[in-house]
Amino acid sequence: MTIFSDIGRYLMMIKGMFSRPENARMYWKEFIHQCTEIGFGSLGIVAIISVFIGAVSTIQTAYQLVSPLIPPSTIAQIVRDTVILEFAPTLVCIVLAGVAGSRIASELGNMRVSEQIDALEIMGIKTKTYLILPKIVAAMIMIPLLVVIAMALGIYGGRLAGVASGIISGSIYDKGLLEFFVPFNVIFALIKSYVFAFIISSIPAFYGYYVKGGALEIGRASTKAVVVSCILILFADYILSALLLPTS
Amino acid sequence: MIEVKNIQKSFADKTIIQDVSAVMKAGQCNLIIGASGSGKTVLMKCMVGLFEPDGGEVLYSGHNFTTMKGDDKTEIRKEIGMLFQGSALFDSLNVEKNIMFPLSMFTKWSYRKKLERVNEVLARVNLPDVNRKFPAELSGGMKKRVALARAIVLNPKYLFCDEPNSGLDPQTSLVIDKLIQEITIEYNITTVVNTHDMNSVMEIGDYILYMYKGNKEWEGTNKEIIFSKNQLLNEFIFASEFLRDAKDMRMLEETGKISNERNMDELLDKDAPTLVPPPDPE
Repeated sequence: MTIFSDIGRYLMMIKGMFSRPENARMYWKEFIHQCTEIGFGSLGIVAIISVFIGAVSTIQTAYQLVSPLIPPSTIAQIVRDTVILEFAPTLVCIVLAGVAGSRIASELGNMRVSEQIDALEIMGIKTKTYLILPKIVAAMIMIPLLVVIAMALGIYGGRLAGVASGIISGSIYDKGLLEFFVPFNVIFALIKSYVFAFIISSIPAFYGYYVKGGALEIGRASTKAVVVSCILILFADYILSALLLPTS
Repeated sequence: MIEVKNIQKSFADKTIIQDVSAVMKAGQCNLIIGASGSGKTVLMKCMVGLFEPDGGEVLYSGHNFTTMKGDDKTEIRKEIGMLFQGSALFDSLNVEKNIMFPLSMFTKWSYRKKLERVNEVLARVNLPDVNRKFPAELSGGMKKRVALARAIVLNPKYLFCDEPNSGLDPQTSLVIDKLIQEITIEYNITTVVNTHDMNSVMEIGDYILYMYKGNKEWEGTNKEIIFSKNQLLNEFIFASEFLRDAKDMRMLEETGKISNERNMDELLDKDAPTLVPPPDPE
């Protein structure tokens, strides 16, 4: 029963977000603040993860391609497609669920527990609109951008590792990147990143906004938000892949 | 004026408030008192709209707040200021921005005008030169005063204070009480205070509502409370020997006699803890 009431409350929260702002300028300021927090706040970790994912992909792909009949440029193709299709959107978003998601849940949870949300309500501010909507909109703008950056850095990290370990030369890697390139893969990755961004921002917002109790419950809500977000990201990944990628 | 009519509130199967009615007038401090769990915080939250009552209504100057929706409710809320038990200051904003927040949200004033108003209310709560400090850098009493400044910055018609003295030393509690009383009179605000503090009850209680197990057990003024024969109220208010002595002394001041069962000799007994000063050694 709890799961159904949680889903109901989650949907009510989403519905409650859409109301007329009291002061558009204040909402804009909050939106910009959230863009900074979610986007720039996560840029460092995204960059590090992406470069290493690309690097590891190159080395592991080369390790598995033992046939002399397969040209080395295939390594670049595999790294490119793996990074674009899966690593950049899914893995980065799972990391972002931990970084940005836990921050959103704990921020809102702390505001709830310390009565700051009540204080805003008393002032006549629509708290769901003011506190949650800017976070979701900011996430849906910044996270796809982070995913695009992750794609570029992942592919570049693969090149760096390939050249550094002598697996593949830079020119062959670059040539391989352009072979059999399917632009739809990038569109597919962006569709995934929009869906994941919504999950990463709305699920933690839900757990943070409705937290009850004290500091311990904020921690629990934050952990639960990250776990549920990760599961939903993987589930959505499967559904979107099954629906959007032609397999035959 | 705020009228509370037959308010009822339950959580799950537990009834927290049963049929409470009261009238809280403008320009006076209206106190809700009662033991922990008596329902006073729930009553206050029903009054400000944080909880929806199961039955009854809350009227602000004759307008039924309980049935209001959307913008009408928002308009009333703009006239409400609230001082929370934990101050509820925004951690990420400094004092100036905390107090300026309602002004930025609901007015189109220039920054200079908003700053003037912020400094004005900060001076009113005797807290100059703290504009740049963050809530974490303030003491408990200072936080309460900043929260009070934020609550009054939009010139509210109604001020709610939830346990304004909790966690404060007696001297700071007096300062906060005095401020609340002065602001109430100065701006002719309808002030509702939720408190456990007996000093507040005696000093600023123009109207006192005593809650017991979710019911209104007694109502009256701080003058009347001294002479109340309500046993539950007396047990709650004058719980300690010291407070019973204080009550008797106040009675003596007011009427020239102690009109209860207590023995005057007991009060003046040298060994008993009383308010009567010890005899001069010389």
